[in-house]
Amino acid sequence: MTPNHSTITLPKPEVADAVEPPVERNPKMSAESVSVFYGDKQALKDVSIKIYDDRVTAFIGPSGCGKSTFLRCLNRMNDTIPSARVTGKIELDGKDITSTAMDVVQLRARVGMVFQKPNPFPKSIFENVAYGPRIHGLSSSKSELDGIVESSLKRAGLWDEVKDRLSESGTALSGGQQQRLCIARAIAVDPEVILMDEPCSALDPIATAKIEELIHELRGRYAIAIVTHNMQQAARVSQRTAFFHLGEMVEYGKTSEIFTNPREQRTQDYITGRYG
Amino acid sequence: MQQASGHTLKAFDEDIERLRALISQMGGLAEHSIDEAMRCLIQRDLEGAALIVQDDKKLDALEIETEKRAVQLIALRAPMAADLRDVVAALKISGVVERIGDYAKNIAKRVPLLENVGKIEPLSLLPEMARISNEMVHDVLDAFVERDAEAAVRVCERDQAVDDFYDSIFRALLTHMMENPHNIGQSAHLLFVAKNLERVGDHATNIAEMVYYAATGQHMADRPGKSSSY
Repeated sequence: MTPNHSTITLPKPEVADAVEPPVERNPKMSAESVSVFYGDKQALKDVSIKIYDDRVTAFIGPSGCGKSTFLRCLNRMNDTIPSARVTGKIELDGKDITSTAMDVVQLRARVGMVFQKPNPFPKSIFENVAYGPRIHGLSSSKSELDGIVESSLKRAGLWDEVKDRLSESGTALSGGQQQRLCIARAIAVDPEVILMDEPCSALDPIATAKIEELIHELRGRYAIAIVTHNMQQAARVSQRTAFFHLGEMVEYGKTSEIFTNPREQRTQDYITGRYG
Repeated sequence: MQQASGHTLKAFDEDIERLRALISQMGGLAEHSIDEAMRCLIQRDLEGAALIVQDDKKLDALEIETEKRAVQLIALRAPMAADLRDVVAALKISGVVERIGDYAKNIAKRVPLLENVGKIEPLSLLPEMARISNEMVHDVLDAFVERDAEAAVRVCERDQAVDDFYDSIFRALLTHMMENPHNIGQSAHLLFVAKNLERVGDHATNIAEMVYYAATGQHMADRPGKSSSY
């Protein structure tokens, strides 16, 4: 049978990938002229970037380029480093998060984080996920808390693997499961933004693929920013990519453009493996 | 954008260079075949023509080799940006050059069928048309090797001359056929030869577009001098 051309529907373009965000749309987070100093050393120079809530933004660059430092600015994790000093403006929904008026605990509930090495609490799987909602008072009853734990584990794609062993220790899980537990823990408090710092670097390819699939599913519900050394991973999971080099943000644009036709020579050299 | 220096991984550079060398080699063969096919046509060299038909197998083999290496390179090196565009261009160009070889073969196959060809007037235009088409192929492959987008644009601009040649040969052969029905067989063969040469020019233009994209990351704007041919 010959195909009838009038009935052929072209695949719809990936919305977040193909369409530029409308100019008037408000970014979920925006950074303006952000610099970070560790003592006298400037680790980040004048970085300005906007992060939107329905796309995954990847930060790539060689070691020491400032990408993790920048990610940590977004929920004020650098506050925990005594010598670190942050200048510039960072906004979440238009509100300055660097001001002293901002409650850091509240901020970190809204802007969650997943780290390089899975770091579950040495408690049961259930407690790992229930801890956040409990201290933030997100549930009024045991059954409500059960519901939050179940839905968080489901969204993290871990429920089927752990539903019969919720009382076992979180540290008894495999590396990939632990990382998904950490993601479940992060989303249990219903954050708006999830920051991921090399979430797969300690995982094998299958566990990595599961996390990447999870990132894909979580997109749309949360704004996601991910730091990765693995350029293929940035290409696979993100719609936006920012390239950092020596503390500067060299280029920020659509992932599909960055990896096929970067504008800057330094980006080109890095992603094609000509760097240094 | 320039390719500043070699890859940190030297073997990557070697793989890409080998791929580019294969394309050059294919281009050289295809050019030679077109040249030879035209010489055999004019000089009625039946043996030479048979050799061209034979030689086309080399091009086919080189195309397969190029495809194999390109796929390997993509699988093993995961090329990005300009490297990726280069590899994809090489893959596509090899297919087009192979097709150009087929046109040479097609011309060569007509040599034994054309008797008394010297008496047909439009024949005098064909060698010049072949020269321009072949030059386009030569220059566009040089442009690929040099990653020279401007040279690719210049190749496109010459396609109009080939199309013009085709148009006048078409008209001349039509007249020739109308004058005497005995000429129809010969003229039809020559018309196909002219059409083949016109296609060679078109393919050189296609390659130029691939070279342009590989070198710049932009698609060549609606190329100038694009005309309809029959």
